[in-house]
Amino acid sequence: MSELIFEKIATLLSSKKGVNKELIHIDSSFEELGLDSLDAVELIADLEDEFNVTIPNIELQNIKSVKQAVNGLEKAIQS
Amino acid sequence: MNNRRVVVTGTGIVSSIGLNTVDFWNSLVEGKPGIGPFTSVDPELIRFKNGAEIKNFDASTSLDKNSLGLMDRFTQLAVVAAKESVAHAGIIFDEENAYRTAVILGTSMGGVNTQEQTYIDLYRDNKSRVHPLSIPKTMLNAASSNVSIQMGIKGPAYTISTACASSSHAIGNAFWLVRNGICDQAIAGGSETPFTYTFLKAWEAIRVVAPDTCRPFSKTRQGMILGEGAGMLVMETLENAKKRGAKILGEIVGFGMTSDAGHITKPDQKGAEHAMKLALQDAQISADKIGYINAHGTGTLVNDTMEVAAIRSVFGEHANILPISSTKSLHGHALGATSSFEAVATVMALQNGILPPTANYEELDENCNIDVIPNHSREKNIHYALSNAFAFGGLNAVLAFKKWEE
Repeated sequence: MSELIFEKIATLLSSKKGVNKELIHIDSSFEELGLDSLDAVELIADLEDEFNVTIPNIELQNIKSVKQAVNGLEKAIQS
Repeated sequence: MNNRRVVVTGTGIVSSIGLNTVDFWNSLVEGKPGIGPFTSVDPELIRFKNGAEIKNFDASTSLDKNSLGLMDRFTQLAVVAAKESVAHAGIIFDEENAYRTAVILGTSMGGVNTQEQTYIDLYRDNKSRVHPLSIPKTMLNAASSNVSIQMGIKGPAYTISTACASSSHAIGNAFWLVRNGICDQAIAGGSETPFTYTFLKAWEAIRVVAPDTCRPFSKTRQGMILGEGAGMLVMETLENAKKRGAKILGEIVGFGMTSDAGHITKPDQKGAEHAMKLALQDAQISADKIGYINAHGTGTLVNDTMEVAAIRSVFGEHANILPISSTKSLHGHALGATSSFEAVATVMALQNGILPPTANYEELDENCNIDVIPNHSREKNIHYALSNAFAFGGLNAVLAFKKWEE
């Protein structure tokens, strides 16, 4: 599942935010990719729609990297 | 012309914690919050469930049926609060003073209830036409225009829309108009009614609303709580007030405003600092004279940390003994109206020698380590106070008030 989520994140960041897909790695921080907190909110909203889950605000505030986004989504899907 | 002193002689409030100034102030002093489950939108449709909604408000007790039909809820609240403030000030408008009086009001979104109804009519009910008064009810200047119409005020009347700083910009602009001799009197404040389905969904989407309540500066804070209402101040020159024999409630002494020119939602500490410094400069007072700050204090992680850092930077050692509080923990964040509530709260804190608390406070956050008057109001005689407003869009407005003493 985590690979699928990672792939979706890479596709969204590349198509919506213009991030070079080759630069997106599991350990990339949003800051390294030139993304701010609003970009993170948009990304998570798209992922919530895609996987039909909800991530609480308090957890979203701590998602600042690709890995944290993948983990947050996995946790939401499992619960 | 810029040495005219400007005093506050009337206030008006319609809020979740009081439908008039007296009830509003008593709730602040008692720490009685207006936050609870909202009912005007189905809570099942929204992720967050609580708001500071006004209960038991009946505009028909103050407005005739014909006038009511011309007004969106945000205008109704504004007119009712304006009427209270003018009655409180004891002003009667006539041909002579009407042209020397301004109405400057703030709102973030204006007539969203009316706008929502047009969406329902068109998109849901497939109607081919909408209400003929949709435009004059929705427009952002509907509140300032209707206050002018209802009161017979004929000087400058306009609306300022700067998101959550709208009312502070309105009050500050009115203060400068009166101080600089453009007008002798003004009604200033703002109104907002955010409880519509589409507007709540938009706030849900940006992920800054708390699931429980508003806990500014507390380590356990999870965001803001939306509120609604209207607040008004009547201000006039000291000379005018004395000539009328008006009871003076407080004095407005300074106003400062800046723009961050940075991020659209993330506040910049330098912008906030500079706005506070400009307000102090405008008031011609030093930072150590300030005895209380009514903080912007939204209860979001980012705002509260930034604001405390900005206060510490501006006030230095004085910040160690400077009490601040966020009354949004009680009346909610009423967006374009919120700083009108906070300006009234600041004037009354100075007048009564009581500082309203930051309610719902649970635990110290080391990043917000400052005296936030946690949970209980405090008796303290102070002489000067600031009211901070730092809006989305990076727009900052700070007002400085002085206790009225003969």
